[in-house]
Amino acid sequence: MSLLTLNQIKVSFGEQVIVDSVDFSLEEGDIGCLLGPSGCGKTTLLRAIAGFEPVQSGSITLADKLMSSPAQLVPPEKREIGMVFQDFALFPHLNVGENISFGLHKWSTGEKSQRVKQLLEYVGLEGYENRFPHQLSGGQQQRIALARALAPQPKLLLLDEPFSSLDAELRESLATDVRQLLKKEKITALLVTHDQQEAFAMADKAGVMYHGKMLQWDTPYGLYHEPAHHLVADFIGHGVLIRGSVIEDNKVSTPLGELNGEGISINSEGEMVEILVRPDDIIIDDSSARRSTVISKGFRGAHYLYTVELEDGSQLLCMAPSHHQYELGSEVGLRLNLDHLVVFPAGYCEL
Amino acid sequence: MSPARSSAYLLHKSLRERAFSAFRKASSPLLATFVCLPLLVVIAAFFIGLTGEEQRQTLSHLWEFVIAEYVWHTIVMMVGVGVLVTLLGVSTAWLTTACEFKGVRWLRWALLLPLAMPAYITAYTYSGMLSYEGIVQRTLRDIFNWSYGDYYFPEVRSITGAILVLSFVLFPYVYLITRAAFLEQSRAAIEASRVLGLSPWKSFWRVALPMARPAIATGLTLALMETLADYGTVHFYGVTTFTTGIFRTWYGMGDPLGALQLSSILLSAIIILMVLERISRKQSQYHNGTKGSQPARPFKLSRGKSIAAFLVCFIPIAIGFVFPALQLISWSYDQVETWLSPDFHELVKNSIALALLASSITVMVALWFCYGKRQLKTTWTRISVNLASTGYAVPGVIVAVGIIVPFAWFDRQIISASEFLFGINPGLIFSGTIISVLFAYLVRFLSVSIQTIDSGLAQISPAMDESGRILGLSSTQVLGRIHFPLLKTSLMTAGILVFVDVLKELPATLILRPFNFNTLAVRAYEMAGDERLAQAGPAALMIVVAGLVPVILLSRAIQARHQSYLNMKTPPQKAEEIYEPVNA
Repeated sequence: MSLLTLNQIKVSFGEQVIVDSVDFSLEEGDIGCLLGPSGCGKTTLLRAIAGFEPVQSGSITLADKLMSSPAQLVPPEKREIGMVFQDFALFPHLNVGENISFGLHKWSTGEKSQRVKQLLEYVGLEGYENRFPHQLSGGQQQRIALARALAPQPKLLLLDEPFSSLDAELRESLATDVRQLLKKEKITALLVTHDQQEAFAMADKAGVMYHGKMLQWDTPYGLYHEPAHHLVADFIGHGVLIRGSVIEDNKVSTPLGELNGEGISINSEGEMVEILVRPDDIIIDDSSARRSTVISKGFRGAHYLYTVELEDGSQLLCMAPSHHQYELGSEVGLRLNLDHLVVFPAGYCEL
Repeated sequence: MSPARSSAYLLHKSLRERAFSAFRKASSPLLATFVCLPLLVVIAAFFIGLTGEEQRQTLSHLWEFVIAEYVWHTIVMMVGVGVLVTLLGVSTAWLTTACEFKGVRWLRWALLLPLAMPAYITAYTYSGMLSYEGIVQRTLRDIFNWSYGDYYFPEVRSITGAILVLSFVLFPYVYLITRAAFLEQSRAAIEASRVLGLSPWKSFWRVALPMARPAIATGLTLALMETLADYGTVHFYGVTTFTTGIFRTWYGMGDPLGALQLSSILLSAIIILMVLERISRKQSQYHNGTKGSQPARPFKLSRGKSIAAFLVCFIPIAIGFVFPALQLISWSYDQVETWLSPDFHELVKNSIALALLASSITVMVALWFCYGKRQLKTTWTRISVNLASTGYAVPGVIVAVGIIVPFAWFDRQIISASEFLFGINPGLIFSGTIISVLFAYLVRFLSVSIQTIDSGLAQISPAMDESGRILGLSSTQVLGRIHFPLLKTSLMTAGILVFVDVLKELPATLILRPFNFNTLAVRAYEMAGDERLAQAGPAALMIVVAGLVPVILLSRAIQARHQSYLNMKTPPQKAEEIYEPVNA
């Protein structure tokens, strides 16, 4: 059963449309993720779900109750939603315990302190009740913000770039911790981020947004391997689009030779298409007859990411272990390891 | 040039430079001590009061008869004004920050207007408006056909009246600082409380208000210091407080030591207030832990609520500015003779000349301090600048008493020395001349110009000086071609602020002015004291018009800051930084 359903949501500020006809739904217990470059409308969408932004069309339903529509706007405090903010927004005048129990209205003092204890244990900060937010590190503040949001047992937890103000190392370990906690507590959550690694680490379902539109709502695997849109392919992972032409159904001719793939139907002889080639689709194999020239390389720790040029001038990305180096200008052989073809109509880069 | 001559030249130059740098290093502490002289005198009087037998008697005599009353009245005034300015200031700040209603943009700056009114002028306009012959009672009598004695009408010239007048004049301090704090609060903190189940109204009480507490304390402190320093209002309304007590002890009883001792008690109250404010500001360092994000989106008010919100903001403006201003205009309108009299022109000339002189001196001294602080960077210079800035907190009455006592002593010494040596009496040189008046203004208003110039100087990074020097300018040329153009506006602003403050200043001028030397403020005070309220109109109106200038400057500065804030808000276009394009 879907816990959260968005139906044709549109949010605009004056003339400017920020979120445009977005549909998606989130199952109970799942962790969803909204991905996209900054300014794509993902945070506005999250704020619309929280009830801070009115919607101009469509509807938002939470647990079968209508929350937002052009005619109705349930105020944030009545939605039973938890939210973790980008800068955590802990109340600086209250200590940790008071921050966590802030949303526990009508709980007795005993119940409150019980709940605070329990949550501090969840987030691994036992005994921090009496500290003040300014006495905590960034990672600790983040955990307290999470505990505060979870305290009233919300139906849905929203997280707005929750890890963006932390350093990279902390970010990854916290993302894993938070996912485990949410899963253990069976909490439905929706996360906003521009970091795909974070999305992959956290999400059961993720959506890529661009200019206010939801391009694809899918599993992280689906987004990476079966992007439904040129821009999704562009945003998720590394990759290159190479040109090709359709020869017959399920067969395209490319600078890499003739490739087979399912679901390619021919409209007209020689129709131009673009094929997504990711670095992991290509293996450097010196015995291969497909030759290319290394034109640049970037060190990635375990791997080097090479840009190579084919004879016709088209470029590809490929990876090789870093202990096996190729000099700039040297010739390497390439072997294809394509499971399936991702094909877009050529020149289709408009929304 | 022979080697010997050139080395002599170098030695000579380095000696001169060394002397100059020693002078520069010593100048700030010396100047600061000089500026603090009146304060030191008052503090010394406090200790003398504890030591000498005769002095102790004076003090205990004062305690017995007057101090208890002064303390009581001062406490009542502080509590009354404190509660009212907090209510008025916080409610208007919140409404104009968090709510969107018709007229709110106008109200945001109009709420500063009462600052243009010196409290003593507001006090005497209300005394006129609410008197038996005033417009309010006349209208009431006309409508209900009453005559004298038929009705009860509260007496405005009372402690309640003084509290009301001061509150409606001083609440903009709380409004201004609290509103800035509300603007700085992150939207996220308010929204977090909403998600956690608070209605907008509850979220104000439990989150926005507690987070603004340090700012409210600062605004309140400023208002209370002005209340303690006020002389004109309480004197006119017949309330005996420390300031009026100091005056009476000085003039009525001719007791300088008593006046100094009363001053020292008042000064300790002010020091306590300042310390409390410092403590609350320390707290605010972590209170604003999560700022920098966007300000909260204002609530759109319904029609009915809009009208209510408008009235809540407009009524204080009406009472604090509109009504008194209208009364002044109506009085001045009838005073054709006053406007045209040479006596009045003399008054205007005196006031402007005095204010110009004071502001140029003050700005120059402030420049000296600011450059000392920038270039020497020694602890002594920093302490000196802070010491020199303390005068703003000291009531004009205290400054005046602290000046006249040592100056009179100097004069006596000079006169006796000169009579002994030359047999001539040179007369009073310092006390009772324009010099002591100017010195009082310097002490009072140095801090205003130091702050303004310092913030202007902070805009000029040391790297700018250095790049100027690298590009071939001498240090003097750096001043002329880089600093002066960048600092011009700050210097102007500092000058204007001091100019207007001098025009408005009453108690120090009253005590220190030379015999028969009058200014607009003194004239307005004297006329009002003689119950010639209408004739005081033109002088008072001119002071208020001048007082509008800093209010306009202030509201423009706030506007500019708000604008730059809005510009910062537009999201940076960094999509390219965040993900790498495919064809990397």
